[in-house]
Amino acid sequence: MRITCPFCGERELGEFTYLGDAKPVRPAADAGEDAVYDYVYLRDNIAGVMSENWYHGGGCRAWLKVTRNTLTHEISAVEPAAGAGAAKVGA
Amino acid sequence: MAGAQTNRLDKGGLIDRSAPLNFRFDGKSFSGFQGDTLASALVANGVKLVGRSFKYHRPRGILTAGSEEPNALVELRTGARREPNTKATTAELYEGLEAASQNRWPSLAFDVMSVNQLFSPIFVAGFYYKTFMWPAKFWEAIYEPAIRRAAGLGRAAGVADPDHYDKAWAHCDVLIAGSGPAGLSAALAAGRSGARVIVCEEDFTLGGRLLSDGGTVDGLPASEWLSRTLAELAAMPDVRIMTRTTLFGVYDGGTYGALERVNDHLPSPPEHQVRQRLWRIVAKRCVVAAGAIERPIVFAGNDTPGVMMASAMRSYISRYAATPAKRMALFTNNEDGWRTVETALAAGLQIAAVIDARADISPAHRSLASKGGFPVLHGAVSGIDGGKDGVRKIAVSLTGGARAEVETDGLAVSGGWNPTVGLTSYHRGRPKWRDDIAAFVPDGAPPGMVAAGAANGAFGLGACLREGFDAGAVAARDAGRSGTAGSVPVADDQAFSLTPLWHIAGKGKAFVDQQHDVTASDIELAQREGFESVEHLKRYTTLGMATDQGKTSNVAGLAIMAAVTGRSIPETGTTIYRPPYVPVAIGAFAGHHRDETFHATRLTPSHHWAAEQGAIFVDTGLWKRAQWYPRAGEKDWLESVTREVKAVRSGVGFCDVSTLGKIDVHGPDAGAFLDRVYINTFSNLAVGKARYGLMLREDGIVYDDGTTSRLAEDHYFLTTTTAKAGLVMQHLEFCRQVLFPELDVQLTSVSDQWAQFSIAGPKTRDLLKEIVDPTEDLSNEGFPFMGAREVALRGGIKARLFRISFSGEMAFEISVPARYGEAMARNLMLAGKQFGVTPYGTEALGVMRIEKGHVAGPELSGTTTAADLGLGKMMSTKKDYIGRVMAGREALVAPDRQVVVGIKPTDRARRLRSGAHIIPKGQTPGPGNDQGYVTSVCFSPTSDQWIGLALVERGRERIGEIVHAHDPIRGEDYDVELCNPVFYDPDGGRQRG
Repeated sequence: MRITCPFCGERELGEFTYLGDAKPVRPAADAGEDAVYDYVYLRDNIAGVMSENWYHGGGCRAWLKVTRNTLTHEISAVEPAAGAGAAKVGA
Repeated sequence: MAGAQTNRLDKGGLIDRSAPLNFRFDGKSFSGFQGDTLASALVANGVKLVGRSFKYHRPRGILTAGSEEPNALVELRTGARREPNTKATTAELYEGLEAASQNRWPSLAFDVMSVNQLFSPIFVAGFYYKTFMWPAKFWEAIYEPAIRRAAGLGRAAGVADPDHYDKAWAHCDVLIAGSGPAGLSAALAAGRSGARVIVCEEDFTLGGRLLSDGGTVDGLPASEWLSRTLAELAAMPDVRIMTRTTLFGVYDGGTYGALERVNDHLPSPPEHQVRQRLWRIVAKRCVVAAGAIERPIVFAGNDTPGVMMASAMRSYISRYAATPAKRMALFTNNEDGWRTVETALAAGLQIAAVIDARADISPAHRSLASKGGFPVLHGAVSGIDGGKDGVRKIAVSLTGGARAEVETDGLAVSGGWNPTVGLTSYHRGRPKWRDDIAAFVPDGAPPGMVAAGAANGAFGLGACLREGFDAGAVAARDAGRSGTAGSVPVADDQAFSLTPLWHIAGKGKAFVDQQHDVTASDIELAQREGFESVEHLKRYTTLGMATDQGKTSNVAGLAIMAAVTGRSIPETGTTIYRPPYVPVAIGAFAGHHRDETFHATRLTPSHHWAAEQGAIFVDTGLWKRAQWYPRAGEKDWLESVTREVKAVRSGVGFCDVSTLGKIDVHGPDAGAFLDRVYINTFSNLAVGKARYGLMLREDGIVYDDGTTSRLAEDHYFLTTTTAKAGLVMQHLEFCRQVLFPELDVQLTSVSDQWAQFSIAGPKTRDLLKEIVDPTEDLSNEGFPFMGAREVALRGGIKARLFRISFSGEMAFEISVPARYGEAMARNLMLAGKQFGVTPYGTEALGVMRIEKGHVAGPELSGTTTAADLGLGKMMSTKKDYIGRVMAGREALVAPDRQVVVGIKPTDRARRLRSGAHIIPKGQTPGPGNDQGYVTSVCFSPTSDQWIGLALVERGRERIGEIVHAHDPIRGEDYDVELCNPVFYDPDGGRQRG
């Protein structure tokens, strides 16, 4: 599999580390235990198109949001995480 | 002198008669020529018997001339390079080659185990599941060893492989599998279009079936067209042609696996060269021009040496000038098989008969028969009279019911052609059935891939050239190349009329899968026993599961199953195709990652100095760390470690701690960021101070610990444990980029930039004064406990100095740029000589941390909470942080959790060991009363006895209680006392002094 890092270009799978479902958002400090429980443990595992967190540890250390079809491994989009510095790079 | 090559034609063939080669097969000397395979050289020497079969030890010869070979498998080479199950049909001949037949004892001609044929009823399909069921204990002791001796293939060398293997990457626009007419035509079109092209050909000569079948292309004889085409391709700078390279798999994103047999054609690789190279090729497009494989027809005795695929027969005759038979017969169900007759006649050989299963035979072939003086029989071969010395006679069932016999010394068989659908099907593709050629052809392919030519069911030479050319041109265009492909090579198309014929019922064993000895009746038996699904059929009979992966047998097996179940072949379906296409040595996958280069090795900045000191090193992840520094006269590690600890506690010692992860945290929000990742607060840490920090996982369990110092208002320096250095960096980047992107903070890994030494002991300050610039105030007031700041060293180098202590002694850690690390170690030795400075290793470091009750890896085990470690008070209640909410869950704050406590044996002389279970005294050990376990132990020179840390239920409430330590692994039982985990200087006066 190959992932096109927005900063480094198309790179081989071995440079990246997979984390999982990128949908869950860390709850606010006062959200309560149930919300945090859901955030920590409830993960979608979709047979199909899924948004995932990947880390380019073998490259620029950016966290990426990768849209991938888990059945075909087709990657339709790769975006930098909000704090990965894309805006600054692009500016 | 070697044998006479009795079966070599006087002229012709792509062999170099000026380069004779001597070789040995089963100890007997033979000769061949450069350009031979082992198989063609054996054919040229009249050798028919080359192996014994897997289960029944039947005599077997050479069936094919390619990588699909199921029978002619040999042990190639000797000694450490002995390689079992090597196909004689692809092994190139070299001077001095040594090969041995397999699976026979004591000799190939007289094989004791061939009596298995008499017991063949017990070796039928599923025999392992049925025959050896009782008594159960006999399986491991008797049945399995006996079966393994009797069955199985060649022997592995049994010693380490002396050769090197390499791994490499390549990138291209258009990757082409195969260099037959379709592949070369594709390469021409893509190359002329300006594409970067890679052609992989598994053979050592380019041309595919052109080498054996000839023909006319663009008005030229095939050989001339081939030379012209190869010259044109060679002149294209971006076309790379790789021979001896098999494309074996396709992976996601246009990544392909290929095995290049770089030096398999030589006795051993030249010095500094690799044996094989595993390629990962990234291609925008791929044209599979891998051709087709001729398939056998299943009849009784079809495994007799001398029965050979028709296309292989003409390869041996025309490409190698070697004659498998002087007066052969042909059994065919299609037009293509007749080409072998034409080739044989052209070479001056005789034809005994042609047995054609089809009703109609072309007038051209009829006149060929009358000119050649041989009969054409309508019908099918139903049996073979022959044995280990080859074929003598064949029995023919004529259409209409009569029988006939044909005397012959070899039988060419053609049951049609199966396109090579492996590569196109490796992403779970299922090939589709085409009635007109009675074969499966690709039905789609992985993204970017297309099949062309015979691999796509186009068998005519003209069609191969056209399909290849079109595919190459389209692939180049799709890859963004816009050059002109020029004109397509032109050739005639041969007719391919075929009457499907799979199996002729008859007496005697009729083999479907020759490598695994699976017969037609095994398939019928599987059906009777309910294993009708192709996947069940495969596993129950082991059809197609040998090293040849059923290249010659799978489709015939499906066809027979279809016939006995009354279904069509497409209804019966195919099994799932999986890579690799040919066996790939594990060594090729490993490449250079073996022995000392199995993984990267990280050396600490002071490594070479430590090695000079005679340090014993321990592997810590990728690191080599000095474990202890033995001195002359010390009898064991314990004596050395005890000396090191005593030297530190009474004087001064130092230890390289550069392996700790180090991260610079910069930015106006650095403090706020650290507050969110640590359980305790860092935003209020004063500049010039250090603080111990603990971080949790989001589920509330402890993740990592370390000290973090504030070097400036917006600059913190964070350390991690050695083991988690990379993971903590990844975690912190996740926090920064994904969880808290609003914070203005930057992280920089500086683990490799700083050499860091711990200097500990009451004389630490004395030693430091010799190192640090005299203007720096190192007094307790000027540099108090937990102070941290940059200092100048004598000579002007800037260092970071931290007054932190892991040992419990007066201690500092000093960081210098990594390039000064070794000099720092030498300088500490030199300057510290007057104070008796002692370098200490990780073992003494560990002893002192246990004496001091500090938790480390064994306690930060991924199951413990901050409170379990006695650090619950660090958990801030004034802020949110990673893991805060989940850490408050009921079970994580339960009062009966196992918590860290000290232990010491009631018998002072006893040694403790990690892993022992803690059981209440007086109770019988069992899962119901297991209250925890010992995590860390050491011999404490300070206490003069073994001490340890343990995780024990309610441990801190039970100080003073005697409990039982139960160690079933080592068979030890003893009592220990639960005690304060801080064995040494509990009030901390020494580290503050």
